[in-house]
Amino acid sequence: MIEAIRDAMDVMMARDGDVVVFGEDVGFFGGVFRATQGLQAKYGKTRCFDAPISELGIVGAAVGMAAYGLKPCIEIQFADYMYPAYDQIVSEAARLRYRSNGQFTCPMVIRMPAGGGIFGGQTHSQSPEALFTHVCGLKTVVPSNPVDAKGLLIAAIEDPDPVIFLEPKRIYNGPFDGHHDRPVVPWSKHELGEVPDGHYAVPLGKAAVRRTGADVTVLAYGTMVHVALAAAEETGVDAEVIDLRTLVPLDLDAITASVGKTGRCVIVHEATQTSGFGAELSALVQETCFYHLEAPVARVTGWDTPYPHAQEWDYFPGPARVGRALLETMEQ
Amino acid sequence: MSDYAPLVLTVPEPAVRPGGTPDFSNVKIPRAGTVARPEIDAEPESIRDLAFSIIRVLNRDAEAVGPWAGLLTDEELRAGLRDMMTLRAFDARMLIAQRQGKTSFYMQHMGEEAISCAFRKALEPGDMNFPTYRQAGLLIAGGYSLVDMMCQIFSNEKDPLKGRQLPVLYSARDHGFFSLSGNLTTQFIQAVGWAMASAIKNDTKIAAAWTGDGATAEGDFHAALVFASTYKAPVVLNVVNNQWAISTFQGIAKGGSGTFAARGLGFGIASLRVDGNDYLAVHAVAKWAAERARRNLGPTLVEYVTYRVGAHSTSDDPTAYRPKTESDAWPLGDPVIRLKNHLIARGAWSEERHKQAEAEVMDTVIAAQKEAESYGTLHAGGHPSMRDMFEGVYAEMPPHLRRQRQKAGV
Repeated sequence: MIEAIRDAMDVMMARDGDVVVFGEDVGFFGGVFRATQGLQAKYGKTRCFDAPISELGIVGAAVGMAAYGLKPCIEIQFADYMYPAYDQIVSEAARLRYRSNGQFTCPMVIRMPAGGGIFGGQTHSQSPEALFTHVCGLKTVVPSNPVDAKGLLIAAIEDPDPVIFLEPKRIYNGPFDGHHDRPVVPWSKHELGEVPDGHYAVPLGKAAVRRTGADVTVLAYGTMVHVALAAAEETGVDAEVIDLRTLVPLDLDAITASVGKTGRCVIVHEATQTSGFGAELSALVQETCFYHLEAPVARVTGWDTPYPHAQEWDYFPGPARVGRALLETMEQ
Repeated sequence: MSDYAPLVLTVPEPAVRPGGTPDFSNVKIPRAGTVARPEIDAEPESIRDLAFSIIRVLNRDAEAVGPWAGLLTDEELRAGLRDMMTLRAFDARMLIAQRQGKTSFYMQHMGEEAISCAFRKALEPGDMNFPTYRQAGLLIAGGYSLVDMMCQIFSNEKDPLKGRQLPVLYSARDHGFFSLSGNLTTQFIQAVGWAMASAIKNDTKIAAAWTGDGATAEGDFHAALVFASTYKAPVVLNVVNNQWAISTFQGIAKGGSGTFAARGLGFGIASLRVDGNDYLAVHAVAKWAAERARRNLGPTLVEYVTYRVGAHSTSDDPTAYRPKTESDAWPLGDPVIRLKNHLIARGAWSEERHKQAEAEVMDTVIAAQKEAESYGTLHAGGHPSMRDMFEGVYAEMPPHLRRQRQKAGV
């Protein structure tokens, strides 16, 4: 998936001279995850360059560049490092169009590796998507596979508004279903690992059905899509797994169509539970599908603790926990 | 037993509090004309002393003296005086309008008019300011419509920002005036980013960042200095030191650094201090800094030494934290009177002409206010629509916002 993300930036830098890429270690070295490898050599150091270790500086400078007319696609090395930049994201990038009545806009993408499963401890594992979905003016995207990652990132760079692009780092190198004790499966063995060449966009705001099913709808995004698929197979529950892909704007039609059919809904995310994005999803399902529901909406999430190091797999909502939720929901 | 005495926390205090006698003897003011004017390509390292002095042009006899003098014609100086007088009249009228309930909030410039008015004249079309709320002179001296400014303040039907922003948080892209945030110093680093973009695109435009003395304590200020220094961004970094951050005296943000200009030295940025109440000095320094930026010589940090004569805002009462007469004791005088006296000394102005100009300026401002009020004020007359409220959050309204607008019934 990391190659797909790099490919998206490569395609857009070639097509549009206003696309610039910068962040900590992204220039000569190509980023700690190598997402920007080769871009400086190909496009020069004024299009792809290293930034000082200042997340607020990186985002703040990008806001100014976007206001000028560039399209910055910047990297925050880990989503966990985003907090110093939060004011620039919330009060500036997200509101510039609105507060200036369109005189200034902020077309930029903030890429951030997110999520756990790599023994990153509390400062390299967080999933802060709800901190962005709560902010009006932002769009928030979480890809679950290389084909989507490239198409969604291209759509994000082409979008006229600021987009938060959270990359689940555990699936950079292969789909991960939560069975951490099994060998890593590379993307080359997955149908969505075969990334088309050249330019294509996956539109923001459109979910994808990854598994059709009749009995229960699973709402997931990022790594959890693969966990949910595994849980469905392992429990034998005929679940319909929806990959949301974009959290804002949300494909509510896809959700209501599915839950309207199955009458049951399990929401899965890796982030902590309280005020997590699952709460919003749960409320929306209740508001729009109440008369179809045959069971309470269930949530399977990370626990409300900091992301622990040694207890990573006790924390991570793996296929066993998701499977249990599926069975419990079916029993209701 | 420890060998050390107990530690004691230092909390700086201003020299004088309400009831005391104002004292600015600690503000060291060099004679006008005594600070050197370096070559435009001077190495920052070679002009470190400029961060600790004050560049001044107008002397006590209202003459323009020294190496920073001589840039402006009589005509330009008269225009500058009129800009400052217009800003002052504008402030006076808007303060009354706020007291009358025509708007919720206002912030005046009294004493600081020279800074934004003179700085504006050092810029070229296409350059971009990232201002704070006390630089409306950038708009007035640039010929922006007073009516549009007032419509924004009144949040009326012709408000260019459709009632979305707090009064005085203007935005005027075509006039090189970036949308004001209201969160302090966030725009300092944005100005650097804008300037970097100009350099990335091999453009010729420059940016100007603005902050006050208190808000230099924000991380954004330091990030801006790092980025400006690293990438040699074509930007002028302006710090308006008006002594007071609401009720907090400048010593709380400054700490032990001596001056705010000195903050730039550690970043290798050319750093100057200038008399902010001296229109000619402000203009000359702004011109020098802008020229450096335009010649790709990198950023310049400028500290304007001035005094906030009025309250921080209409929500503030300065008598609670500083002596009432402190502004009278401010040693750098009033920028309008100083320029007026200079023009008279040059034989290019007179008391009569000044009185006449004052009346003309007030007439212009009142006429603009009449027109603006005909489009409504905050609680009366024309008003931005509720439908407008939902527009412009995104380029295209997403489904959830459409549903909310429907629910709201508009």
